[in-house]
Amino acid sequence: MEYEAVIGLEVHAQLKTRSKAFCGCMAEFGAPANSLTCPVCLGFPGSLPVLNEKALEYGLRAALALHCSVQSFSKFDRKNYFYPDLPKNYQISQYDLPLALGGFLEIEVSGAKKRIGIIRAHLEEDAGKLIHEEGHSLVDYNRAGVPLLEIVSAPEIYSPEQAYEYLASLKAILKYLEVCDCDMEKGSLRCDANVSLRKPGAKELGIKAELKNMNSFKAVRDALNYELKRQKEVLESGGSIRQETRLWDEVSGKTQAMRSKEEAMDYRYFPEPDLPPFVLSDEEIETIREGLPELPQALKQRFISQYELNSYDAGILTSEKALAEFFEACVGLYPRAKAICNWISGPLSYEFNSRNTRIESLKLKPEMLVRLIKLVEQGVLSNLAAKALLSEMLNSGRPADELIKEKDLTQVSDTKALDELLDKVIADNPGSVMDYNSGKANALMFLVGQAMRLSKGKANPKLVQEALRRRLNNA
Amino acid sequence: MKLWEFTGHELLEKLAHQEITQEEILGALDKRREEVEPKVKAFLRFEKTPGPENLSGPGGFQGLPIAVKDNICIKNRPVTCASRILEGFHPPYDATVIQKLKAAGFSIYGQTNMDEFAFGSSCENSSYFPTRNPWNLECVPGGSSGGSAAAVACGEAIWALGSDTGGSIRQPASFCGVVGLKPTYGRVSRYGLIAFASSLDQIGPFARDIEDCSLLLKVIAGYDPKDSTSANLSVPDFLLSLGKDIKGIKIGVPKEYFSLSADRALEGIAQEVKQALEEAIEQLKKLGAKVQEVSLPHTEYAVSVYYILATAEASSNLARFDGVQYGLRTEAVDNLTEMYKRTRQAGFGSEAKRRIMLGTYCLSHGYYEAYYLRALKVRALIANDFADVFKDFDCLITPTSPTPAFKLGEKIQNPLAMYLSDIYTISINLAGLPAISIPCGFSSGGLPIGMQIIAGSFDEEMLFRVAHCYEDSTSWHKMRPKI
Repeated sequence: MEYEAVIGLEVHAQLKTRSKAFCGCMAEFGAPANSLTCPVCLGFPGSLPVLNEKALEYGLRAALALHCSVQSFSKFDRKNYFYPDLPKNYQISQYDLPLALGGFLEIEVSGAKKRIGIIRAHLEEDAGKLIHEEGHSLVDYNRAGVPLLEIVSAPEIYSPEQAYEYLASLKAILKYLEVCDCDMEKGSLRCDANVSLRKPGAKELGIKAELKNMNSFKAVRDALNYELKRQKEVLESGGSIRQETRLWDEVSGKTQAMRSKEEAMDYRYFPEPDLPPFVLSDEEIETIREGLPELPQALKQRFISQYELNSYDAGILTSEKALAEFFEACVGLYPRAKAICNWISGPLSYEFNSRNTRIESLKLKPEMLVRLIKLVEQGVLSNLAAKALLSEMLNSGRPADELIKEKDLTQVSDTKALDELLDKVIADNPGSVMDYNSGKANALMFLVGQAMRLSKGKANPKLVQEALRRRLNNA
Repeated sequence: MKLWEFTGHELLEKLAHQEITQEEILGALDKRREEVEPKVKAFLRFEKTPGPENLSGPGGFQGLPIAVKDNICIKNRPVTCASRILEGFHPPYDATVIQKLKAAGFSIYGQTNMDEFAFGSSCENSSYFPTRNPWNLECVPGGSSGGSAAAVACGEAIWALGSDTGGSIRQPASFCGVVGLKPTYGRVSRYGLIAFASSLDQIGPFARDIEDCSLLLKVIAGYDPKDSTSANLSVPDFLLSLGKDIKGIKIGVPKEYFSLSADRALEGIAQEVKQALEEAIEQLKKLGAKVQEVSLPHTEYAVSVYYILATAEASSNLARFDGVQYGLRTEAVDNLTEMYKRTRQAGFGSEAKRRIMLGTYCLSHGYYEAYYLRALKVRALIANDFADVFKDFDCLITPTSPTPAFKLGEKIQNPLAMYLSDIYTISINLAGLPAISIPCGFSSGGLPIGMQIIAGSFDEEMLFRVAHCYEDSTSWHKMRPKI
């Protein structure tokens, strides 16, 4: 029996405002426990919340980018439940009149585009963090009151791969908007999944399980794969699915039942009396819409048509806003888009991935990369030397010409020096020379490599290869 | 006349003319307190007489002491809401009204007794001890701000702050024969007021006459960016409303407030209260006001609506008292749920538990629409009743409470009877309007009777104008309890 998977995702995105949602405390990650707190975010008696306008603006940016219709009248509600990480024992959230309704997100799966509906997006405050130790538990309220945007998708995701793509697309958009860091491991993006199976063509949804505790996109995909398999087995063995919340366990690779529908909490939502409803005018909404940046998919299409890049390259360049901006700044200085693209997606990406950093924190200016590319094209630097130089430039923030002068990195292309170099390579590697002569063409590349190593990358590899071949063939 | 018998503005005038010194005033108040406090028990806590460093405040109030209800946070002083659950809690901040009082040159004196978390109309729900009515120690001072009302009535304090969610300033003011005002919702910042029902609570002044009341409101009122529900409006100089005549002022008398007894499980308005009000109305007519009967048709639903909305909000506002961060925590528990249960069981009194239960029920799945949501709709109808009336009238006159002060123990076993003692004040909170209670007579038993004046939104000036004109032509406000 075949089944169709139906998945809906609930994403909590931490909005990266400077201060918290309802007080002036800093919203930072990693500060000493309880150092970023005040009577308001600690929920002390008598304290009152005041909405951070930036949190509202960030929420609106995201909602508009997801094609939602922003509501002109919206309000906060209290979601009541007892837990020690929740200082007031209620969370300020939004219930029946959320910030935004009815949008969509476009994803691409195996080259085909697909729209996933967004049911709603609403603002709420984050809770603190419990730290369990032997015999007792501690609470860190630094995160309490940090603004979150909850984004709820329609049950229109039909495979774990689509779920993965949905998250990847959502992340790209939120990062472009500069409203969220989207780091699942640090918890700045969190995702719960509702998942059920139904017979193909069925209109009604099957009984769903809600999956929690996935800490990466991959974990979401793995958990969904596991859960779909589990549900299929239950159904095929004649059983029925229980409506319940299940926790993903990364180590065992399984989901485990946490609580059933009957044990579900009654949150007793009601309008938050400490915060008046907020009314947004069309002008305010339009101002925010006009301020939205070009979003990744539109930008990718433009890169393909404007710079004649292929979809793959354009995808890499637009995967991060800063990268795309850096690329365009370079092209503005030197209109060789393909060469610049190759340098950015190749050596430069390698550098910032291996440094585990982002392009905007590197000390490289567009004119510096362009100069480097020109030096290679003019034959002043070998590719290898240029790559090594790039690393130096990133470390020091100094331009290529300065470093070349200082380190004498100009390519070794005069014949005398080259001859001396090749003499040494041939003398040091008699075995490889014999291999080459006996017909193993690969041996030549090894010798070229040795020459490059000896010259510390300064030799021109093309010249080395030609000269070596000449010498060995003539020998 | 003894010094404690004077009003604040009279004392300030004497100070200005150097007829007396601050030390003399404080000495007189101290002495008075020592005499009457053991009998009245208005204060939960007392700060020793303010030192001279407090007596040169910049704002003109010369260090004159003010008593504060024990649900308003004062930095580094205990605050309990007369509950065990807050024992040991010292707020690390001043309420906005406290900051304003300090800046105006008041010295913050004792913290007054109240019904636990402002749940009650008699001060008997205090977890510590009941306060007694200075006019008759067998009687309650009213509530929930009973301590503040009693302290001002018997001369232990010149001024006091209270809070009013359904009548908690006006009803005790009427029981104790003083002036008590509930400002328009949003006129005074709630920042630092420990919430009972956030959409209804307002802090307001107690005083012995209208001039003192208007002076104190001027100090505490005004927009506060820390309270999102405070109104961004300038505060008028209320003194300018005093001394004006009321010729041609249109006063409405809601007929429902005088005829509630027939079909309600209520003893109804006491004959003496009705008579005092009728005399007061005659007096207002003599002063030139045009008095006419009006109708507020949804009045009969007010108490039900109030006890749904107020308890719903309270059940959520009081959730934070859980033993985790501050206040009481019962030790030696095995798990979190047990800690919550035992802490709250030990910390809350029975009325608090009753209201938390009631409010939780009203918000629960399956009941929300029938109770909370319906109550919210009826609240809008009640507010509309007032809005309609204020199109044609400048203010309304009603009794503050259906009866004068009742005896201790008389209603404590019957919550419903206790709830109904706020029947004339509750609607005003639901509509968010300003209202004042002023003395307008005495019962045959020598207990004060209060008249409530209600005005349109943010029209406290009208309250002061009418109240002052009436006060000026009568002498009820000059009576002092013989204790």
